[in-house]
Amino acid sequence: MGNNLDALTTVFTEFYYWVTVVIMFLIHVGFCMYEVGASRRRNHMHTLMKNTMLIPLVTITFFFFGWWIYWAFPNGPFITGGLNLEAGAANLPTSETMATNLGDRISGVFWAAFLLFSWTAASIVSGAVIERIRSGAFWIIAVMIGSVTWIIDAAWGWHPEGWMVKLLGYHDAYASGVIHGIAGGTALGVLVVLGPRLGRFKADGTPRVFVPHNPWLVTIGLFLIYTGFWGFYAACNVPIISPEAIGGQITGETWTATTIYLTPTTLGAITVNFLMSLSGGLMVAYLISKGDAFWTYSGGLAGIITASAGNDLYHPIQAFIIGGVGIWIAYYLHYWVEKTFKIDDAVGAVAVHGYAGFIGLVIAGFVLWGYPSSPYEGYAAVNPLGNTIGAVIMFFVLGFVPAWVVSKILDGAGLLRVPREVELMGLDFKTLHEEEQARDDVRAAEKALV
Amino acid sequence: MDTWAVDLANTGAVYPWQGSELIMVIIAVALWILWHICQLREEKAEYAEDIKKYGSKESIKKALDDHPV
Repeated sequence: MGNNLDALTTVFTEFYYWVTVVIMFLIHVGFCMYEVGASRRRNHMHTLMKNTMLIPLVTITFFFFGWWIYWAFPNGPFITGGLNLEAGAANLPTSETMATNLGDRISGVFWAAFLLFSWTAASIVSGAVIERIRSGAFWIIAVMIGSVTWIIDAAWGWHPEGWMVKLLGYHDAYASGVIHGIAGGTALGVLVVLGPRLGRFKADGTPRVFVPHNPWLVTIGLFLIYTGFWGFYAACNVPIISPEAIGGQITGETWTATTIYLTPTTLGAITVNFLMSLSGGLMVAYLISKGDAFWTYSGGLAGIITASAGNDLYHPIQAFIIGGVGIWIAYYLHYWVEKTFKIDDAVGAVAVHGYAGFIGLVIAGFVLWGYPSSPYEGYAAVNPLGNTIGAVIMFFVLGFVPAWVVSKILDGAGLLRVPREVELMGLDFKTLHEEEQARDDVRAAEKALV
Repeated sequence: MDTWAVDLANTGAVYPWQGSELIMVIIAVALWILWHICQLREEKAEYAEDIKKYGSKESIKKALDDHPV
């Protein structure tokens, strides 16, 4: 820290990211509540622990190799250059700046902010596969998306020097594709191999409704996800930086907040657009679902996710309409896919995150057509084709395909799905049975005292 | 560290065992992989035991009655 202004900027930035991490923790709390609320009583604890234990596993693997991937892979490698070993070296688990270091106040909180995105990506998949996936299989898939595939997509399309930004003009400021698109694609890849829950479809192929056991828990969970999403949005920004530090084409000396691409934006702009896209999603979802609470709340989330790619630049009315369009398409696509392919997505994660994220990228390509994707010279401008190719890379190439392959391997080894008998008894059967026995013991002992 | 009589502008890493980072990482990675192996084995054994103990049609029907949707 060279002078007082540098010191203030550094400490502010450190504190800013720390706050985002704490707020983003609520996303995980929300996902846990949501999943448990959506599961049946006999599967509660399994559902909860499946999502909880991704926290330590993704955390340590993100420390081991995930963070290094982000810094080493922006060129592909071998698309716009080789592995960036120099940038990667500072972010290896052996690096001094990844540990307690009084000379570096930013690496730790920046790592943590990205880590919370990793948890979110894995947690999105968790909800889709409840009540029949083995925990061990899910945790391997969680490490795959949380510490490998999503962070590759971030290096490619969510990094100031990512090859997708340079060559395609890819623009995805608040992660429609880099988090939600890939997570939805991953969930679909797993679901195709995993299959539906027993009894989910009738003999003629029509689906049975598995009623969430606790709608209140589901809705409060979604409220908490909304809350955590504020931290997510803030964490996507660089809070304060000078044109000189950016070193691009921006002139003058006015400091600004920027997106991850170092293009200027403001917290004010993204706050308004967040709320407007949430509103668009809620209003359309309420109408098309005829007031169904599950879909209305999910629609609000899908609204934000759809508009997220361009919420750094949209007019609030655009964000509002795009949010509504996103859930409208995602809702009908969900039921079409469910009916046509017998896909049992227990919480609608593929639709709310995957389809909405994909659609959001395509829309951003059109609405922001011609906008510069970067403050640096020589980058492609934002365009519909670039963002659509980007959406395909996120959803299919890095989402669906790796998940399908890993799930096939796990299935082949007999590790993917719980045995049929256990699924029917309930994944918490042993616990519930032992609890019942313990109650009987106490009751008998108390009666003996009468 | 044996003193805080330092200029913080010139102070970097302060954690113990500096120079042993690679060994610590190797140990931690090994523990992570071992955890997955143990967990997968435990889960497989647990399900096998559950089926053995409670996997009859009668037990499953009773479980469905005792712990409904």
